[in-house]
Amino acid sequence: MFRNQYDTDVTTWSPAGRLFQVEYAMEAVKQGSAAIGLRSKTHIVLGCVNKANSELSSHQKKIFKVDDHIGVAIAGLTADGRVLSRYMRNECINYSFTYESPLPVGRLVVQLADKAQVCTQRSWKRPYGVGLLVAGLDESGAHLYYNCPSGNYFEYQAFAIGSRSQAAKTYLERRFKNFSDSSRDNLVKDALMAIRETLQGETLKSSICTVAVVGVGEPFHILDQETVQQMIDAFEIVGEQEGPAAEPDAAAAAAAGQEAAAADQGGSTEEGVAPMDI
Amino acid sequence: MPKQQANWSPYDNNGGSCVAIAGADYCVIAADTRMSTGYNILTRDYSKICKLADKCVMASSGFQADVKALQKHLAARHLIYQHQHNKQMSCPAMAQLLSNTLYYKRFFPYYSFNVLGGLDNEGKGCVFTYDAVGSYEKVGYSSQGSGSTLIMPFLDNQLKSPSPLLLPVQDAVTPLAEAEAVDLVKTVFASASERDIYTGDKLEIVVINADGIRREYMDLRKD
Repeated sequence: MFRNQYDTDVTTWSPAGRLFQVEYAMEAVKQGSAAIGLRSKTHIVLGCVNKANSELSSHQKKIFKVDDHIGVAIAGLTADGRVLSRYMRNECINYSFTYESPLPVGRLVVQLADKAQVCTQRSWKRPYGVGLLVAGLDESGAHLYYNCPSGNYFEYQAFAIGSRSQAAKTYLERRFKNFSDSSRDNLVKDALMAIRETLQGETLKSSICTVAVVGVGEPFHILDQETVQQMIDAFEIVGEQEGPAAEPDAAAAAAAGQEAAAADQGGSTEEGVAPMDI
Repeated sequence: MPKQQANWSPYDNNGGSCVAIAGADYCVIAADTRMSTGYNILTRDYSKICKLADKCVMASSGFQADVKALQKHLAARHLIYQHQHNKQMSCPAMAQLLSNTLYYKRFFPYYSFNVLGGLDNEGKGCVFTYDAVGSYEKVGYSSQGSGSTLIMPFLDNQLKSPSPLLLPVQDAVTPLAEAEAVDLVKTVFASASERDIYTGDKLEIVVINADGIRREYMDLRKD
């Protein structure tokens, strides 16, 4: 990243029409440990890599239950993620209280995005340094959204964020066409395979990853370690992984972005086009 | 100009009675299902019992609109608790929360007369009884509502709860077996329905024990 005279303030535009503070916030997301999400017509699976600072400490919680029908996986500043999860939980509770029905996922992500946008337009605030993969089930079906610090949000069939997420994304891009009709167990298997891709040769064990599922007739819950380990063993996912994928190095914002902040001058958008909802 | 008086009241009394009895490893909570206003019946089939947590159930009589609002409020607070603590609220914790919630509206109260029943952290039955503004006490058994004046003396007679003035301090929990407690509740409501016009139609009984929560119904007089 380059230091320049336009990156001190979030409310300062660069001559090229970029808000560097927002882009730096997106960079924070890329530094966090990986989180992936994928969905079928009836289920959504979230997975993340657990990184602990040292052997002595426990790992940070990166997957949060927001409501029975919504969960979120985060990458980046986990403190910011925790605060946003609390906001999401509150919004769901208030909506349920007023309307006696679950908050539609699309409404929640818009509120989240607007909240993030505010922080990109106030001189006394800073953008949230966390990317959120929001998985939710409502009347219109299963949804997976990605909310970024810029205030943009996109819907995905499958996506990965955080460090070494490109490896997972490559795997998902190869297989996403099958996800729609996939069974729940196969979806979890694909999630574990995608997580394995980000580990760069490290053995996949249930102690270094977390998996959560939400689906029709299945409220959002995090799978316990034994179940995950059984699935890893059953699918024989433990193994070597081929060469690590190239990582994006530029200041570009999220893939397939339409708004101003993501102009692709200067750095190349290595992220590529992420699979969109069909 | 003489002082103006209100020509309407924000409250109404929908009648009905509630009872709860605590046992060594169970708790019985019961309420009739009649909802009335004045001398009229609104419905014969309205539940006054609400499950607040895994091992905690509340029965409330009084103004059912306030009761409903109170139940929703507590349910929302319980969700928040679960998110923060990763576990269900215990019955004593819910009891304190209910008290605080009621007192919060000390100067425009919930017109709701509650009994809270469930199992505490050790699996023993517990019953908490409230007034409309949150004063509460852990007891072995209690009744609230329009029939409580008829029911309570009968329960006192049958359950021989030790006086709190006696030493050594004895547990408030009843020595009855679960089946006997359920029978007692049925008897008590049958009697109350005879003399209290607001109690009747159907009796809803909820029993909480180590196996979970079970629901039972019994017909009462419909007049």
